[in-house]
Amino acid sequence: MKPHVHFREIEGRSPGYYALLGFLGLLVLAGLVSALYMEIEGHWVTGMSNQVVWGTPHVFAVFLIVAASGALNVASIASVFGRLHYKPLAPLSGLLAIALLVGGLSVLVLDLGRPDRLIVAMTHYNFKSIFAWNIFLYTGFMAIVAAYLWTMMDRMGRPYGKPVGLLAFVWRLVLTTGTGSIFGWLVARQAYDAAIMAPMFIVFSFAYGLAIFLLVLLAAYRWTGRPLGDGLLRRLKNLLGIFAAASLYFVAIFHLTNLYAAEHAGVERFILLDGGVYTALFWGGQVLVGYLLPMAIVFSGLGRSRGWIATAAALVVIGGLAQMYVTIIGGQAYPLILFPGKEVSSSFFDGVVADYAPSLPEVLLGVGGIAIALLGVAVAVRVLRFLPEDLRDELVEAQAAAGGEGGSGTAGGERPGGAAPEAAAAPGSAG
Amino acid sequence: MSATDTSRRRFLTGAAAAAAGLAVAPGVFLMPLAQARRAGEPASSDVRWGLLVDTTRCSDGCDACVRACKEENGWEGVGRPRTDAQWIRKVKVRDPRTGHTQSLPLMCQHCKHPPCVDVCPTAASMKRADGIVLVDKHVCIGCRYCMMACPYKARSFIHEDVHDQRAHAPRGKGTVESCTLCVHRVDAGRVPACVEACAAEGGGALVFGDLKDPSSEISRRLAAHGAEEIRADLGLDTGVRYYGI
Amino acid sequence: MRGVTAKTGRALALLALVALGAMARPAAAEVPKPKLPPAKGEKCVEPTEVMRRKHMAYLLHQRDDTLRRGIRGGKYSLRECLECHVTAQPGKPLPTYGSPEHFCSACHRYAAVHIDCFSCHRDRPEPEAARAGGPAPADGLTGRTLPARTLKVLGPVEVKP
Repeated sequence: MKPHVHFREIEGRSPGYYALLGFLGLLVLAGLVSALYMEIEGHWVTGMSNQVVWGTPHVFAVFLIVAASGALNVASIASVFGRLHYKPLAPLSGLLAIALLVGGLSVLVLDLGRPDRLIVAMTHYNFKSIFAWNIFLYTGFMAIVAAYLWTMMDRMGRPYGKPVGLLAFVWRLVLTTGTGSIFGWLVARQAYDAAIMAPMFIVFSFAYGLAIFLLVLLAAYRWTGRPLGDGLLRRLKNLLGIFAAASLYFVAIFHLTNLYAAEHAGVERFILLDGGVYTALFWGGQVLVGYLLPMAIVFSGLGRSRGWIATAAALVVIGGLAQMYVTIIGGQAYPLILFPGKEVSSSFFDGVVADYAPSLPEVLLGVGGIAIALLGVAVAVRVLRFLPEDLRDELVEAQAAAGGEGGSGTAGGERPGGAAPEAAAAPGSAG
Repeated sequence: MSATDTSRRRFLTGAAAAAAGLAVAPGVFLMPLAQARRAGEPASSDVRWGLLVDTTRCSDGCDACVRACKEENGWEGVGRPRTDAQWIRKVKVRDPRTGHTQSLPLMCQHCKHPPCVDVCPTAASMKRADGIVLVDKHVCIGCRYCMMACPYKARSFIHEDVHDQRAHAPRGKGTVESCTLCVHRVDAGRVPACVEACAAEGGGALVFGDLKDPSSEISRRLAAHGAEEIRADLGLDTGVRYYGI
Repeated sequence: MRGVTAKTGRALALLALVALGAMARPAAAEVPKPKLPPAKGEKCVEPTEVMRRKHMAYLLHQRDDTLRRGIRGGKYSLRECLECHVTAQPGKPLPTYGSPEHFCSACHRYAAVHIDCFSCHRDRPEPEAARAGGPAPADGLTGRTLPARTLKVLGPVEVKP
């Protein structure tokens, strides 16, 4: 029998696995209780106000939604761009895309002023609203990616892999365009109102999605003791470095364009120079932690170590959250310009930088969203065959050379003869 | 139909038109609106309600309009300025180069092309046929996208439970609200509370009326002296105009 | 802040109780019929039987007409319901929706119906003083806003299409 990449559920019986489920479950619960608390008391118990109307939950929610579309890239690279080395990773890529989207949307919905009226959002539409489009883009994304997974995981679906993969790829580009445009089309606010925000969010999504994908992949293979080839990791980490560099490029162009227009001097000065926490998060968080350090790691000798690759990916995630904080909260903290060139003051905080500090329930809700996504992944890989049993480079190479076909997660009882390596190491034992 | 009912009908249609003007303070007259709409008749796009603010008559220390609005619509806060609602506020504008200062009231500008209405996913943010921009709290889910989109910071989110609302101004936790141009008064043929208060206690800086009726006080004033929109660069065609800014 | 936490705590405890109660409840315990407080007016805008079944539909339909289209003076007004049906017992203040003595609440409790109206709408008639200072006509300037009580005497307004 030729060497094949075989897909198989993880064993999921070790104490480590249950501890992971329990931990994530607790985080989900904490997030739900926080949401209930905020809904019962009203939003005054949060850091949000009439000045900063979207707070920390939105930072997490938008990050997760952007990362969701990016997580699908690994699958797209395989089926749309024909890079067959990535094919064995495609099912996990699709799974993560759905899970992250569900996590992000949960946070978004639970932070509504009236989450109990969610049904209204599905029965009343204003088709001029990007939010309304997004409702269709998000639900459509889930349906299309689910179909995409079917083409990967079921022999019946395989013939449709190409077209469905292409549709999913186009859809995810549109989806992230919609997410970026939530901000890009806000003419009222100095920090937004820029067409570049949509493509910039797409590039961000490449980086955030891949970073989370790498972290989940490394954790899953380490905790289950399944073999993972260095060649595959090398491709992925180099890609992460390129995406970080591309993000940096877009951010640089965004700010340079703004700096050129005297109209935007105020808000640029705020973000880049004297905005306090927002300036610190921009340079220290978004640029240094999010772009420069990961690039330095993956493009240097450090990038040969799995620990450092994981570190780089974690830094991209932290930088991404910093970016969302600067974009969403910094963008609101900077006051509206009512009378250009004049100073304004009032009892409603006109003309002053709004103060905002995240409250505990907001942070717990946001973290709860991440936990929902990861919990979904942890359960899904236990019950369905998302993860290849063996991802040694020889196998991946051989399969790619054979045209990418032959993955055996498809047929019912087909199992490799050898002993499952995961039996050796208990999940979590290495962590 | 009973006799009383008929007489009431007559009253409805006739009373407002019959009133030529109302003295609210010595020397200050309010021009009457067009007559109140008849019961059962929808707001019409033949009318566009507007408000003219004569900033030269608006003084820094006066907040009669704000107080009147608070009382009329019952949005007195709970002492938490960061989250308390403000339907209307006094804004002080200062030119740093010359030191010239002005004071003016700022509220929902009742745009012809309101960004809040564009972005609202459920169409809770809406513009009535007569140009009044409202929030339909029955379908507002509290996403606050309209607050992100409004260039005037005219909207507030209700951050806690509300009790003892005014019967004509429902408001509740988790929804967004803003100036209604006193739609309950306008429909009854009266002027908004701020306009009445400004005439009675303030400088008489506010003129309310139909922008589409060339003979209305507001239209005549606009034609004679002109006025500006705040953030006119955005092209929103606001219903609230400012003279002297 | 402590009061706030206590409030959430109570809500959580209530949830737990409801869950427990649902499991522990004995079957077929008869719930007593609600006692409806007396109304002020002589006659409702529709026969009682019709109102019982259809009041929500009437209110739902008219709310959109009033708010979105600006049609005033319709037959079914929540405010009118409250004017007539929410009455005080001797020596007591007007009941709020939280009280089982509130007309709406009495029946909704019995029928286990959760309504959203009073999270925004005032749940009882306004005091006379507030009404006078509010939308009531100051002079001949105004048209239609008569004190609510008057409407009751006159009966429902007929709306011509």
